[in-house]
Amino acid sequence: MSKNILVVVEQREGKVLPASYQLFTPARALASTTGGQVVACVVGEGVSGLADAIGAHGAATVYVVEHAELKHYRASAYTSAVTSAIEAASAGVVLFPTTFMGRDWAARTAARKRGALAIDCTEVSARGGNILASKSMYAGKLQATFALSGSRLRVLTIRSNVYPAPAAGGSSAAVQKLAYTPSDADRRLTVKAVTATSSGIKDVTEADVVVSGGRSLKSEENFQKVIFPLAQALEGAVGASRAACDAGYQPHSRQVGLTGKVVTPKLYFACGIDGAIQHLAGMRGSKVIVAINTKKEAPIFKVATYGCVADLFTLVPLVTEEVRKLRAH
Amino acid sequence: MKILCVIKQVPDSNAAVRVRADGKDLDPAGLKLVVDPFDEFGVELAVQLREKGKPVSEIVAITVGGDKAAEALRTAMAIGADRAVHLCDPKFDSANELFFAYLVAAAVKKLGESFELIVCGKQNIDLDAGAVGPALAEFLDLPHVGAVQGLEFDEAGKRFTARRRIEGAEEVVEGALPVLLTIEKGLVEARYPSLPNLMKAKKKELKVLTSADLPGETAAEAGTVVEALTPPPPRADCRFIEGEPAEMARELVRLLREDAKVI
Ligand SMILES: Cc1cc2nc3c(=O)[nH]c(=O)nc-3n(C[C@H](O)[C@H](O)[C@H](O)COP(=O)(O)OP(=O)(O)OC[C@H]3O[C@@H](n4cnc5c(N)ncnc54)[C@H](O)[C@@H]3O)c2cc1C
Ligand SMILES: Nc1ncnc2c1ncn2[C@@H]1O[C@H](COP(=O)(O)O)[C@@H](O)[C@H]1O
Repeated sequence: MSKNILVVVEQREGKVLPASYQLFTPARALASTTGGQVVACVVGEGVSGLADAIGAHGAATVYVVEHAELKHYRASAYTSAVTSAIEAASAGVVLFPTTFMGRDWAARTAARKRGALAIDCTEVSARGGNILASKSMYAGKLQATFALSGSRLRVLTIRSNVYPAPAAGGSSAAVQKLAYTPSDADRRLTVKAVTATSSGIKDVTEADVVVSGGRSLKSEENFQKVIFPLAQALEGAVGASRAACDAGYQPHSRQVGLTGKVVTPKLYFACGIDGAIQHLAGMRGSKVIVAINTKKEAPIFKVATYGCVADLFTLVPLVTEEVRKLRAH
Repeated sequence: MKILCVIKQVPDSNAAVRVRADGKDLDPAGLKLVVDPFDEFGVELAVQLREKGKPVSEIVAITVGGDKAAEALRTAMAIGADRAVHLCDPKFDSANELFFAYLVAAAVKKLGESFELIVCGKQNIDLDAGAVGPALAEFLDLPHVGAVQGLEFDEAGKRFTARRRIEGAEEVVEGALPVLLTIEKGLVEARYPSLPNLMKAKKKELKVLTSADLPGETAAEAGTVVEALTPPPPRADCRFIEGEPAEMARELVRLLREDAKVI
C-alpha cells in the first residue's frame, strides 16, 4: 500500500468547510511516522480557485476534480471523482471531515475501493503498516480503538474541532486537474434545490458556540426570549434537548444528542438540561461546557467545566448582558 | 414496490454497558437490547407507504446479528414487515460497517431478490457511523440519499423526491426507483406494535442464513478490527460558581474570557 495521505477538502458553493483544514494536522502526524506525502483533493464545479488556499495548509499536491455535474454533492458522482484522486495520488490513507457529506462520501468510497473504514475518529496514529483510530461508541459510554489494516486503502472521517488547523503558509503545492466524465450511474439522482436554512442563526454543527435549552424552557417563546439573545450575542447557534424538541419548542434539526446532532464547539451552554446520557452523547466532546441548572445533583454537572446552580430565567439574561458589555468594548 | 428494511439490534441507550474480559466487545450478559430507533423509523416508513395506498408488494426486514437479533426481526414484523431474513453466524460477529453492508448485499444477491426501495437508519446509536447504508448502496450498485427527512412518491410509486437537512442547508433530491434511503429522525414517528400484531409476527416467515449460505468472508478479513474498548477520557471536575445571580453572571463571563479564552 502506498504511503501517501490524501486530505479530502469539503466545499459547498465554492466555500471550503473550515474543518477540512483541521485534517492536515493528523495527516502530517501520520506522514511523519509512515513516510509519504500529504496531498489534498477538492471536488466541485469551478473549484480550482481554492487550490492555493488548500495548498497553503501543507499539501504537496492539490488534485482538482471539477465539472458542471459536480456542482452539488451526489454520493455516487463524488465517489467517482475522489476515486480518481486516490488513484492519481496513489494514496494509502484518505481523511474526510465528519459531516453529513463526509460520512456518506467516505463510506461509499471505502466500499468502492474495498477499503477499511472508521467514521468520526477523535484520535488517529500509525502503528507499523496499520492505522489506529479511536472513536466514541455506545452513547459515549465507551471509546473504541480500531486497527485498520495496512493491506487496504484506509478511509477515515475525523471529528471537527478535535485537531486544530495548522497555520497557513505560502502555497508551494503543485496543482493537478483530473478529468471527470459523468457515468450513467453518477447521473441517477438530480439535486433540485439547495436552500440555506440558517436564516440569521447558525446551524448547531457549524458554530463555535452552541447555546442549548431543555424542557424547562417551557415554550418556544421562552427560547426566543432567553436562549436566542445569548446565542446571538456570542454569534453562536441554538440547540435543544430532545424533550424540548418533542414538546415543539424547537425543530428537530436543533436537537443535540444521540438521536440528534453531535456537536463539538469551543463553548457549549446547557441551560435547564438535565444531562441524560443520550444528551451527553451529543455534546460531551465540547471544549468548554457551561451548565446552568437549579438542581445541584443534575448529571450535566458531571461533564461541565463551569457550573451555575441557578434559575436559568434569571441567570441567562444577565449572562447575555455581560457578554454584550464585553463585546461593546 | 418491494421494500427491504435493514435493521439492527443495539444495546438500550439507558443501559449500563460492561466490556467482555478480552476487552474487545461488550459483555452480553444481562444487556438490554432494542431495535435501533433509526431503524424503527425505516420500518415505520415502509408500513406507512403501504397504508397510504402506495403500490407496496412486500416489506422484508433483514438483520445481521446473534441469536437474540431474531427478536428485533419479530418487532419489525409486528410493526408491519411481512417476513424477515436473519444473517446469523459467529463468523458474522463484528463491529465493522463495511462488513455488515457486504453481508447484506451478499444475502440480497444470494436470495435473488430485487427491491425497489431499501431503507436503512441514518446511523445507529451504538457505533454511530452512518456508513452501512451508503456502503450497501455501493455494493448493490444503487443510488442512495442519506439522512432523509421528507419524502414523496409519484402516483405510480416509481419516482421520488427526498428532502434532507445538512449543515446549514436543505437539499431536495429527485430520482427514480430503485434507490436506497437512510432515514433521519423527524420523517415518521415509530408506533408501538400492538399485542395482536406481536402475536401475528410470531407466525411470519423468518429465514436464517449462515456462513454456509454466503460467500465466506470473515470479520477478520474485513480490514477494520476492534483493538480495545475503554472508558472515555474523563473530563476535569466542574468548577461551581457561587454568589448572587448578577455576580455569578459577571464571574462566569470573566472566566470564559480570561481562563478558558473561548469568548
Ligand atoms: C433512544 C433515546 C434517544 C434519545 N436521544 C436524545 C437526544 O438525542 N438528545 C436529548 O437531549 N435527549 C435524548 N433522549 C432523551 C433523554 O433521555 C432525556 O429524556 C432528555 O434529554 C431530557 O431533556 P431535558 O434535560 O431537557 O429535560 P428534563 O429531564 O425534564 O430536565 C430538565 C432539567 O431542567 C432543570 N430545570 C428546571 N427548571 C429550571 C430552571 N428554571 N432553571 C434551570 N434549570 C431548570 C431541572 O433541574 C432538570 O435538570 C433520548 C432518549 C432515548 C431513550
Ligand atoms: N448488523 C446489522 N444488521 C443489519 N443492518 C445493520 C447492521 N448494522 C447496521 N445496519 C444498518 O445500517 C444503518 C446504519 O448503521 P451504522 O452505519 O452502523 O451507523 C442502520 O440503521 C441499519 O439500517
